[in-house]
Amino acid sequence: MNRTMLFIPLIIFVVMAIFLGSGIGRENKDVLPSPLIGKPFPQFILQQVETEKQLTQSDLQGKPMLVNVWATWCPTCKAEHEFLNTLAAQGVRIIGINYKDDDDEAKVWLRDYGNPYEFNISDPKGKLGLELGVYGAPETFFVDGDGIIRAKHVGDLNLRVWQKYKAIFEKMKTHTEAADFNEGSK
Amino acid sequence: MKLLFAISLSLFSLSSFAVVNGHLYPFDNDVDKERFDILAEDLRCPKCQNQNLADSYAPVAGDMRDKVYELMIEGQSDDEIVTYLVDRYGDFVRYNPPVQENTFFLWFAPGVMVLIALIMIISLARGRKETQPLSEEEKAKLAELQAARKQQSVEKSEKRDS
Repeated sequence: MNRTMLFIPLIIFVVMAIFLGSGIGRENKDVLPSPLIGKPFPQFILQQVETEKQLTQSDLQGKPMLVNVWATWCPTCKAEHEFLNTLAAQGVRIIGINYKDDDDEAKVWLRDYGNPYEFNISDPKGKLGLELGVYGAPETFFVDGDGIIRAKHVGDLNLRVWQKYKAIFEKMKTHTEAADFNEGSK
Repeated sequence: MKLLFAISLSLFSLSSFAVVNGHLYPFDNDVDKERFDILAEDLRCPKCQNQNLADSYAPVAGDMRDKVYELMIEGQSDDEIVTYLVDRYGDFVRYNPPVQENTFFLWFAPGVMVLIALIMIISLARGRKETQPLSEEEKAKLAELQAARKQQSVEKSEKRDS
């Protein structure tokens, strides 16, 4: 009998321990990969919070934008609101989706804390949220000028997070080919 | 009282309900109710990741359940409903992941490991049986040792006797 055979279980154990050990901590349980990246923004017909005007996906085109899912019942949304105001002041186009919320409460919020949004889509039943795979506000989608989703961030936007996505946002201004986003959006 | 009993009995005979977290999902047949219950158990809540749609109290799980119900009433098949949710939330929502490139390891590694273990057990068992016969040289050595030992024990017994 070959004695080296006896070492095979040990070798398998060590290989698996290294393989599995390296996986621990790499997975971020709070951020699930979105299957919508590279796909067009889903179709919808909903009212605008401010004017009750009818909006559709064709209103989300023209200039690259952030589509921010928020609600007045969401504490983290309040935490990120000031940063959204800063971004808007820098000329970043931000569209809001007021998710499972009350229009009147949303208007009060925007009056009190400032309004960084070009306009807000009213989604009281969370239907658009379901189309977007939203599972916890705030979430932010990066949508290019053609209405294609290029990236998604779950959780609040802040300076540190923005540094990570800035390159993608800059790219959305000049690039429209999917291949240009492959390394950035993963 | 009798009337009430009769009414409630007739209600149950007319339709079946799936009840999830206090929400009522009425179906006009048991087959669909069964389908709904199975789907709600096989789909995972993206917010509270160790619960399925049947267990979870998260609002998003409620929305997804309602959507499953809505699609079922529209007449969509189980596959279509699962695809609908996977297209929006990703493969993550399936407790039963599909066999595809990035799940090969998940699906086949256990089988491969069992196979390796079997091969090892068989080869170890076989190795034990295949004891090599002694060579001439070894036989001579063995005979020599046995003779020496015999001699020793004879000497010992003689000593004890004397």
